[in-house]
Amino acid sequence: MDFSLSEEQSMIKRVVREFVKREVAPTAAQRDRTGEFPRDALRGLGELGLLALPFPQEWGGAGDTVAYAVVVEELARACASTAISYAAHVALGCGSLFLFGTVEQKERWLRPCLRAEYLAAFALTEPNAGSDAAATQTTARLLGGEWVINGTKCFITNGSVADVILITARTEEGISCFIIPRDAPGLSIGSQYDKLGLTASDTAELVFEDCRVPARNLLGEPGKGFRQFLTVLDSGRIGIAALSVGIARACLEDSLRYTQQRKQFGKPLWDFQATKFKLADMAVDVELARLMTYKAAWLKDQGRPFTKEAAMAKLFASEAAMRAAVEAVQLHGGYGYIKEYPVERYFRDAKLMEIGEGTSEIQRLVIARELERGL
Amino acid sequence: MEIVVCVKQVPDTETRIKIDPAGKGIVREGIEYVVNPYDEFAIEEALVLKEKHGGKVTVITAGPDRAVDALRTALAMGADEAIHIQASQEDAVDSIGAAEVMARALKEIPFDIILCGKQAVDDDNAAFAPALAEFLGLPHVTVVTGLEVDPEAGEAQVVREIEGAQEHITTSLPAVIAAQKGLNEPRYPALRGIMQAKRKKIPVSTLADLGLEGETLPARTEVLSMMPPPPREGGEKYEGEPEETVARLIKALQAEKLV
Ligand SMILES: Cc1cc2nc3c(=O)[nH]c(=O)nc-3n(C[C@H](O)[C@H](O)[C@H](O)COP(=O)(O)OP(=O)(O)OC[C@H]3O[C@@H](n4cnc5c(N)ncnc54)[C@H](O)[C@@H]3O)c2cc1C
Repeated sequence: MDFSLSEEQSMIKRVVREFVKREVAPTAAQRDRTGEFPRDALRGLGELGLLALPFPQEWGGAGDTVAYAVVVEELARACASTAISYAAHVALGCGSLFLFGTVEQKERWLRPCLRAEYLAAFALTEPNAGSDAAATQTTARLLGGEWVINGTKCFITNGSVADVILITARTEEGISCFIIPRDAPGLSIGSQYDKLGLTASDTAELVFEDCRVPARNLLGEPGKGFRQFLTVLDSGRIGIAALSVGIARACLEDSLRYTQQRKQFGKPLWDFQATKFKLADMAVDVELARLMTYKAAWLKDQGRPFTKEAAMAKLFASEAAMRAAVEAVQLHGGYGYIKEYPVERYFRDAKLMEIGEGTSEIQRLVIARELERGL
Repeated sequence: MEIVVCVKQVPDTETRIKIDPAGKGIVREGIEYVVNPYDEFAIEEALVLKEKHGGKVTVITAGPDRAVDALRTALAMGADEAIHIQASQEDAVDSIGAAEVMARALKEIPFDIILCGKQAVDDDNAAFAPALAEFLGLPHVTVVTGLEVDPEAGEAQVVREIEGAQEHITTSLPAVIAAQKGLNEPRYPALRGIMQAKRKKIPVSTLADLGLEGETLPARTEVLSMMPPPPREGGEKYEGEPEETVARLIKALQAEKLV
């Protein structure tokens, strides 16, 4: 057993750290205020080849999900909005195309996505199908060589900036997946949601009214769409877990620095044992969350089942991030509540980790289902 | 053009350095190493020269096993070949010794220009480039912020920074050029480069191969002791009415000859 990153993984980590230091961190607070989408950062990550990271070498990647988790963590350490935009594009959008696209579909859609020429979104959730994602009401009918799609998708990350959107819809065979180009007739994109956190990430509603796409835009097998999306979500959860590790680490590092500097009762806050205990707990959370994230990623790279482990990593890491954010604000006292310090941003951003790509409750159901399988 | 870049691996500039108990070096545990930031400008410039004039970029370092990471980084950025001269000690604080070794190694390979950083950020000696040039009998230009090479004429136009001005110099080639910040904007190694760098073989030569004795770089200096800088003293505080405190402040600044 070897817990160290490989030479390439370490180098990728160094590169992305430097990239984040120069191109992401300095503008994170401003982005949070203005809600400006991190397009330049995504383009930069594309130039570095990092959009292809988890995919095999023939796609320009390294087939390395562990390195992908490293990148997501580093991005989230500075800006969770950038990290989730990256993760949704790579793991959900590109991931769906990679796993289920035909050779032609991959050349047409995946190739430009990996070069950051296109952005991708993954649209499963509907107003009446959230945790119960199989309750999809959107429909697709084949009429005259075209799919005609009707329905609404909500809360879609990258929804209004995406050039290509992967959706689920009901067909005769059951739920199927489709590739929807942004300019498909009959697709309208609602305005941005006004969110608690992740304000610079793009979250939009998509409305399909007799939206038409060519018959060849069916992705994967008809009737298998829901299964396909669940498979993609397994990988997606590794991304949310890594994002959570990044946020938790931000809370830890900022709190460490702050409690060394801030003095009350004549000494640094750090000197009170109650402070040390909080930080020790936070450090344990970060470490364990990262270990489980890497393990799930590693299993995936080994070609082994990782559904349960990805759900465990996502569940533990997201709850760890929320705990860390609550304590980070507490340790900063009044300043923690003021926007001058970034911990209030971490606090707002962290909450989504327990909701997106399956709530904590759903992760527990997934884990229990896997346990049941082993009975 | 045959372009050679000498690089050194140094502790990450963000590392908090601690002096070891023996007081002659630093605590190595937990340190992350990076390519000396000034060397990154040299690597970038070499890649730009290659893109412009064609040729090959070879990076070379003298250091312990871990120093190979610095070479891989340079390969990932786009360098063609790398050479590792193995030296067992953790620090090469004697720049003249390092230059001597490098000069011996460079006798074995062709070059039209040699680039390096103006100084290494660990020991800050800034002596390597001039020393290397002396050993090789070549001209050198340090603190370089601009470089135009004319391979046909075997000449380079170089801009170097001096106090309050810029010097424009023409030098014959080969020459040793020591890069300063501002020369360029180093590229990030892209994933493709990182994957390709992994597959490149890096030949290793020992000091014995270069006709030197011992396992450490030759040194003409010895570190007797290393101390942390004295802790910063708390500033002085003037309290009272602004008219009075400002007057005192100005007096104090004048006394220190700061205004
Ligand atoms: C910022 C943001 C980005 C998002 N990005 C995307 C995206 O890119 N693509 C996409 O498809 N979706 C996306 N979503 C949607 C997200 O995945 C859903 O919000 C989430 O799955 C929960 O669904 P819901 O909101 O309908 O909540 P509900 O399903 O209504 O859940 C409400 C509460 O009930 C609990 N609950 C539900 N069922 C059970 C049960 N069986 N047992 C116990 N408790 C239960 C839930 O855990 C939750 O606490 C995003 C959401 C947000 C906020």
